[in-house]
Amino acid sequence: MKKAVIAMVVTLGLSACVTINIYFPAAAAEKAADKIIDDIWRLKDAGPSPKKEEPAK
Amino acid sequence: MSGSLNRSNMHNIKSIFLVGLMCFATWAQAEADLDVATPAISALKNSMQARHAQLAAHYASGAVGLTKDGLIALRDITAVPLKDRQGINALVAAENDDRVALYKEIAAGNGHPEWRGEIQNTFSIRWIDKEPAGWYYESGSAWVKK
Repeated sequence: MKKAVIAMVVTLGLSACVTINIYFPAAAAEKAADKIIDDIWRLKDAGPSPKKEEPAK
Repeated sequence: MSGSLNRSNMHNIKSIFLVGLMCFATWAQAEADLDVATPAISALKNSMQARHAQLAAHYASGAVGLTKDGLIALRDITAVPLKDRQGINALVAAENDDRVALYKEIAAGNGHPEWRGEIQNTFSIRWIDKEPAGWYYESGSAWVKK
């Protein structure tokens, strides 16, 4: 009896995982799209310029 | 007797917990980010970035607009300078080929080729959202100037 319950819980858990994994990650896709568009259109002053002009002290 | 039962119960609970944890880790990883740094995607991005130097003027003049399905289209040939007219169709077609390939590669590169349509949808919204004022986008069956 207990074993059956445990087996059920595990099965349910696993199927939930599968469902979640197949679900389209809308937020992640939006983030990815924004990043790619920024790069292609050069919207962000991209490029390796980590050294911001620091006012000389 | 009850001691051994308890132990096996504990073991089962631990297993369930571990399976759950693994699932969560996989899910968290899947949800966290899409990988957009595959060689195929980078190559497409570079190609589109280079082409944008030519396309930017046509977006700005209204000759080319962003379609609602995440592609671009020629909307007013008369806005294209004479010297560019011959090549404009090829330019638009090349950009659209890259865009279609990009959507496909993002889906495939993340192990879900079936996401291609949804990725294209996402992009169609984001392109229009991010385009500068003055460019055209397709809304319903009409072109709208942003």
